[in-house]
Amino acid sequence: MNVLLEVFTDYTLRNVALGSALLGVVGGVVGAFAVLRRQSLLGDALSHAALPGICLAFLLAGAKVPLLLLIGGGVAGWLAALAMLAVLKYTRLPEDSALGVMLSAFFGFGVALLTFIQNGDNANQAGLDKFLFGQAATIVAADVATMALIGGLALVIVTLLYKEFKLVSFDPDYASTLGFPAGRLGALLTSLAALAVMVGLQTVGVVLMSAMLVAPAAAARQWTDRLGAMLALSALFGAASGLTGALISASAPQLPTGPFAIVAVSLILILSLLFAPLRGLVWDQLRSRGQRRTLQLDRALLDAHVLYNHAELSVAALAARQHTSEATAASRLRDLEARGLARPAEARWTLTESGLAQARILTGPGRGGPERDLERALIAAARLEEGQGVRLTALRHETGLPAGQVEALARELVGLGWAEPCPAGWELTEQGHAAAHRLEAQLRRAALTPARTGGAL
Amino acid sequence: MNPADVVIVATALLVSSAAALLGVFLVLRRMSLMSDAISHAVLPGIVAAYWLTGGEAATVPALLGAGAMGLLTVSAVELLARSGRVRSDAAIGVVFPLFFSVGVILVSMYFRDVHLDLDAVLYGEIAYAPFNTLTLLGHELPESVVLMGSLALLNALFVALFYKELKLATFDAGLAAALGFAPGLIHYLLMTLLSFTTVGAFQSVGAILVIAFVIVPPATAYLLTRRLPVMIGLSLLFGALSSVAGYVLAILLDASIAGMMATLLGVFFFAALLFSPLEGILATRRRRARQRRQVAARLLVAHLAQAGGAGQLEETARQLGWTLPEARTALETARQGGWARLEAGRVDLTPRGLEAARQGPKLAV
Repeated sequence: MNVLLEVFTDYTLRNVALGSALLGVVGGVVGAFAVLRRQSLLGDALSHAALPGICLAFLLAGAKVPLLLLIGGGVAGWLAALAMLAVLKYTRLPEDSALGVMLSAFFGFGVALLTFIQNGDNANQAGLDKFLFGQAATIVAADVATMALIGGLALVIVTLLYKEFKLVSFDPDYASTLGFPAGRLGALLTSLAALAVMVGLQTVGVVLMSAMLVAPAAAARQWTDRLGAMLALSALFGAASGLTGALISASAPQLPTGPFAIVAVSLILILSLLFAPLRGLVWDQLRSRGQRRTLQLDRALLDAHVLYNHAELSVAALAARQHTSEATAASRLRDLEARGLARPAEARWTLTESGLAQARILTGPGRGGPERDLERALIAAARLEEGQGVRLTALRHETGLPAGQVEALARELVGLGWAEPCPAGWELTEQGHAAAHRLEAQLRRAALTPARTGGAL
Repeated sequence: MNPADVVIVATALLVSSAAALLGVFLVLRRMSLMSDAISHAVLPGIVAAYWLTGGEAATVPALLGAGAMGLLTVSAVELLARSGRVRSDAAIGVVFPLFFSVGVILVSMYFRDVHLDLDAVLYGEIAYAPFNTLTLLGHELPESVVLMGSLALLNALFVALFYKELKLATFDAGLAAALGFAPGLIHYLLMTLLSFTTVGAFQSVGAILVIAFVIVPPATAYLLTRRLPVMIGLSLLFGALSSVAGYVLAILLDASIAGMMATLLGVFFFAALLFSPLEGILATRRRRARQRRQVAARLLVAHLAQAGGAGQLEETARQLGWTLPEARTALETARQGGWARLEAGRVDLTPRGLEAARQGPKLAV
């Protein structure tokens, strides 16, 4: 915990933490647009391509002037992006190959320049290779100011052109038809990525920069469907991982900042993928397990119904019909019992009224006839009821059935234990709600699959 | 040229051949960036192998570790992409930096000052190739040549034996599956060989520059031909040319050998990008300009044909919304086609021009 306090007291650590957090914010915001525009790997190419620019800027200046080096890197990355766009415009080379070529050819040139400089006799060159993985520990206040200037510029541009960027990211064609220069706005977003790379050069370096653009945005995407919230979350995730990287590397000598920031942001992404509400994979698993279980029970009820009508309903018979073990069949019957759909009768089982009705519903959604009317009444009642009970007139409106029939249906629902009288008319029981819910799900499934023919036999 | 030079150039030639053979199919299958991902992600595998063998250069464990990491990367990317939460490009963009970061952290924590320094991770040290030797069948041979030779041979065998399957799985995976060719198996074989090649090349050209050898020569060849065998041949040729010339230049300039080779690969690519008769920028611009002139000439002829077969050039330009130079260019193209004549500012359609206007698509003017 000492490290946390030192952020405020230790000069070096404060700069490192500020620089890393700054990179997280800028990378997170700019990267969100790159991810939405399916250009996640552009950042990778841009950042690798920055290396020759850094080296050339050093060769021209003859000394390590931070701002010049950053500008050199940004310009080189930007040139690589332009070259890539030219490749895509004029040739049929796939986009991924174009990216790969720019990335590796520029980086190769950068490596050649770097070794050329290192083998030369310029004594100022020491530390130039720190741009490969970044070395946050060398960041001083002036660097932070430079980074804040560049990052601030990127953020101001995003704020000013927020609406335009949003439109171009989601529907460039529509943006064009509205008269927005979609191509130029896209190029501007790409240039912003180059600015973000400049901010990240000293902290995470050219090799790992792409993750600082992609991962926060991909993580934020799991939590929200709104662009504004996604940008904010992405910036937050980026800043948090930048800070984490800075703190970990400060806690012991010889620990690099960039890689730890990348590990932190990757962890955030993994957690988001697993546990974000709605989109989280864990919830997905649970949901589909629940659905599988419902389907399984429906099938058990249908088979039990057939056996009940045409033969005898026993554990052994159900097991034989479902091609499963007696233990499984018995547990399914017990599940049905727990839902009030079946009950044991001496050595056999029997279906309850509610079980029979539900089975009839399951065998034929979409048919006409008395069951269909009952289904309509049930669903209509479930829709109408909002805690204060259902009146028969409202139900008649909703179903469009004659008054006498609606009354008979209501009585039938009460008989099944799915509804009960109340002061305002009558209301659905918990069982009734469950049945309505299942029925709606069943109808949705039926609507998605071709019509089935006949019942279960 | 002394024996050391020969070993270095031979290693480079073998690296470029082994990489280009696989790269052709990666580029065609739009999976070039898997090589980017794999080449970064094998690092923890290599580090683990160093650690398990006690810090000694160990080729076989490194190969196995990196092969496992390569397959893990491919699986992780596919798992992420298939979850539907992250697009496949973003999946690549987050998987390999994570693995690479873990590798870098391990190196900086446990292997600082040992054989495995970060520079070597990035751009290798092919200059050491002559010094690592192993004894094979009584001969003392450079390890890199033996290793890369075996890998190049393995890749060549793979391409030769599965040429038909590779071709089919690359151009029509659905048909390949329908015919029972198991495109999935081909995919994983390709990825495994790519991992092996990446690790094999790791010592000589480093983790990132190996991408240049995999992607750039096939991409260059792609700009020059539409035929698969020619593309393979050209890729090998570009790889070999840059290996030799890159070495010479690196010695002259005292720069990284692998970096210089990658630079030359880039130079070849940009040359092809500019000058390829098939897809080059110059050829494409020329072709598009010619098409524009042709369309303009047809438009002019059609307009004149509607106006009775003749008209003043300036008047016609005004009606078509063209500037006078634009109209002159269109007229020049029409005259070259024998469609029109210019006499004292008056344009007359020739019989051929009238015929062209009648045959050509009706152009609304």
